[in-house]
Amino acid sequence: MKPRAALLALALVASPAWAQDHDHGAMDHGAMDHGAAEPEVQPAEETEDAHAGMDHSTHYPAEEPASPEDTPGDALPPPVPVDHAADALFDRDVMARARRGLVDESRFRTTALLFDSLEYRAHRGKDGYLVEGMAWTGGDTERGVIAFEAEGAFGEKAESIELDAYWSQAVNPWFNLQLGARYDLRPAPDRAYALVGIQGLLPYWIETETQLFVSNKGDVYLSATASHDIRVTQRLVLEPELELDLAMQDVPELGIGGGIDKFELSAKARYEIARNFAPYLGVAWERKLGGSADFARLEGEKPSAVSLLVGLRVWF
Amino acid sequence: MTKPDNPTVFGRFDRRRFIASAGGAAAWAASAGLFPAWARSGTPGVSAGEVLTGDTIALSIGESHFATGGRSGHAITVNGTLPAPLIRLREGQSVRLAVTNRLAEQSSIHWHGLILPFQMDGVPGVSFPGIDPGETFIYEFPVVQSGTYWYHSHSGMQEAMGLYGPIVIDPADGSQDYDREHVLVLSDWTTMHPHEQLRRLKIMGGYFNHQRQTLAGMLAGKDQPSTERREWAKMRMDPTDISDVTAITYSYLVNGHGTAENWTGLFAPGERVRLRIINASAMTNFNFRIPGLAMTVVGADGLSVQPVETDEFQIAIAETYDVIVRPTGDEGLAIIAEAIDRSGQVRATLAPRMGMAGVVPALRERPLLTMRDMGMDMAGMEMGGSDGTLDLSQPEPTSSGHEGHSMSMRDPSVAPGVKMGPGVASLSPMPVDRLADRPTGLESADHRVLTYAELRSAEPNPDPRAPSRQIDVHLTANMERYMWSIDGVSMGEGPDPIPFRLNERVRVNLVNDTMMPHPIHLHGHFFELVSGDPGSRVRKHTVNVLPGGKVSFDLTADAPGDWAFHCHMLLHMHAGIMRVVTVRDYGDKA
Repeated sequence: MKPRAALLALALVASPAWAQDHDHGAMDHGAMDHGAAEPEVQPAEETEDAHAGMDHSTHYPAEEPASPEDTPGDALPPPVPVDHAADALFDRDVMARARRGLVDESRFRTTALLFDSLEYRAHRGKDGYLVEGMAWTGGDTERGVIAFEAEGAFGEKAESIELDAYWSQAVNPWFNLQLGARYDLRPAPDRAYALVGIQGLLPYWIETETQLFVSNKGDVYLSATASHDIRVTQRLVLEPELELDLAMQDVPELGIGGGIDKFELSAKARYEIARNFAPYLGVAWERKLGGSADFARLEGEKPSAVSLLVGLRVWF
Repeated sequence: MTKPDNPTVFGRFDRRRFIASAGGAAAWAASAGLFPAWARSGTPGVSAGEVLTGDTIALSIGESHFATGGRSGHAITVNGTLPAPLIRLREGQSVRLAVTNRLAEQSSIHWHGLILPFQMDGVPGVSFPGIDPGETFIYEFPVVQSGTYWYHSHSGMQEAMGLYGPIVIDPADGSQDYDREHVLVLSDWTTMHPHEQLRRLKIMGGYFNHQRQTLAGMLAGKDQPSTERREWAKMRMDPTDISDVTAITYSYLVNGHGTAENWTGLFAPGERVRLRIINASAMTNFNFRIPGLAMTVVGADGLSVQPVETDEFQIAIAETYDVIVRPTGDEGLAIIAEAIDRSGQVRATLAPRMGMAGVVPALRERPLLTMRDMGMDMAGMEMGGSDGTLDLSQPEPTSSGHEGHSMSMRDPSVAPGVKMGPGVASLSPMPVDRLADRPTGLESADHRVLTYAELRSAEPNPDPRAPSRQIDVHLTANMERYMWSIDGVSMGEGPDPIPFRLNERVRVNLVNDTMMPHPIHLHGHFFELVSGDPGSRVRKHTVNVLPGGKVSFDLTADAPGDWAFHCHMLLHMHAGIMRVVTVRDYGDKA
């Protein structure tokens, strides 16, 4: 620390000088190299370009009655200096690192794991489960996302296991574009899909996600969900949700009929013990339609099912 | 120097000595643990306590354990105390402050409001490299002003963890128009690390807000009527979004004491008591009042103002106010600092003797934001006032193109200097100057409330020139994504600095395009708020820009160097409301 302290002692004496007008020749610059600290004055045109957005006609003047001696003029701003004042007094490399540190700390990055549903589903026949959530890593506007959903009945092979991996890119304040892939481990036969989606917040605080899938067999599907939080009290939230699945074609080996394949309407009442830890109770009505309903009947299943839900929403 | 003649008042000690080493005081100090003497409960005043003074002062930044209200956690402290020691200086002296960093991470100290050479200002990456673990940095500068200031870390959000303390500078002539003084450092405390707070807000914008509008509230006839709720929901705006981090995680403190610990400052009835109030919070603006006692504001941000009597004022983060009170009775008076979202408050006590506790008032009703806070209160523009209510007889807020006025909440033409993107959710379509407004939540208080417009400098303004130019600075955000920026560009994008010519005079128009207040702080300078006639405008280092409003200030850029310019809501600064300001001699006429 000693050398720095010494430098500072020097700087203290000299500090006003580093930026002083070179015309003020009274100060002896010989002993110190101040050249680096003197601003490299850029041509004025460059400045205007850099501040093209600063149209004087759009200023927000203070609302005081403008007296002539209180009205700002229209002088041009100075050029943006390309040097850094502290470089004249401290090690340049150390300062460069500190400057990078300052910028970097304003760049937000994190990783999060969110379970939307860790759910027990009670219904006619064997009770089942639903695990749905995502993990993401990234910043404010760009995130890498792994989303997962597994559903089935206890004691049986999982009915469906879906894994999505996509890049999420903010396209405006409310919406994110999703580009990636989906892989269904279940039901058999497994399938891979390309995924394009749009997810975000509609007016009236409606959360929505719409995803388009194209399978490796060329089949096309669309899935859309919308949900809304109705805050009953500060901790009790009622959340209705609608999910709609469409298929552009019949896919008999997966039991899917073309058209509106199925919808699920659910309502959950969750209690936020903490904002990120909320057990819930709910009810869901799932209804297969059209060809999918026919396929279900052929399998001896009912196309319509009502489930009681007990679950946990939690994120870390 | 007028020496207080009341015998109960401790005299002015030689401030070069630590008084805590004297007999009785030592025992008192030993029992009082982590607090510096001036901040201990039952202090007769700062002039009697342990204060760091003189030409050479040593500060050691380290880790400590801190407890309040039954919770305890890790804290970052100076010389082992929270708040940090009071540094008392005299105008005209020079001071050498040796700051040693005993943390495992980099640290720094910024002397908030002090006029000094830029390299002593203590902002890593702007004024100096920062103080690495194990290192000592010598700050050395002449003291050119007097008043109430403070100091805090400018690294790693350490001030949210306790690294803040007061600075009092006595005037060179030794004048003193009070009998006793107390320093009140207001702050917010939580065991949750600020980085984790930020993370949770990024994942869920309203994470800490437990005062939202509810269905139960609507059925009980509270808050907005349903039509208004729909209008706000349509805009994806929440009128209860007053504070990002609330009492759901914070304990509020006066001199490190919560309500239960009841910090008590003593007085003798009839004395003129000067309270030096500093908001050292990370994320909390406070409403400050002493129910039943009028306060005469005599200082703002350290500088003297023409005395103005009031009953309550809002003190934004990083501001300081000096008030004179004259308690006369033989009872304890409550000092109340209430978080502006009214999720919590802290009570301290002014008392003639120990063992008294001021009455804790009920928390007042949580305020609701209005159209004026969105920067589109046409009624307010016509009437020139704000009553804090939303008048729905006015044109529909969300319909665009009303009589030539764009009422869109995101019309780029109202702010051509702003880079539009996902980080800018709204632009105030018609922001109004709110310097004469009562601040958020105090619009309809039934007593006097200080406004910025009431503050006039006691000294004539030093620079009578009209500004040679003006610039607009937009404070922008997307509160759902918890993104914060200036002109749509976050500090994390490595923006250009804002350049000034040495000694030029510039009007800076701050436009708040968000629905949160932003206490904006410029390092190394004071500026005049453009309100009232020129000549005696109040000079400040920090100004709170009310939601949806604007503030203009005139700056004489007389301090060469690079300076930080930022929102003092710590998470807002960390998320991007920050710029470097450069002041350069270009060799031409300013």
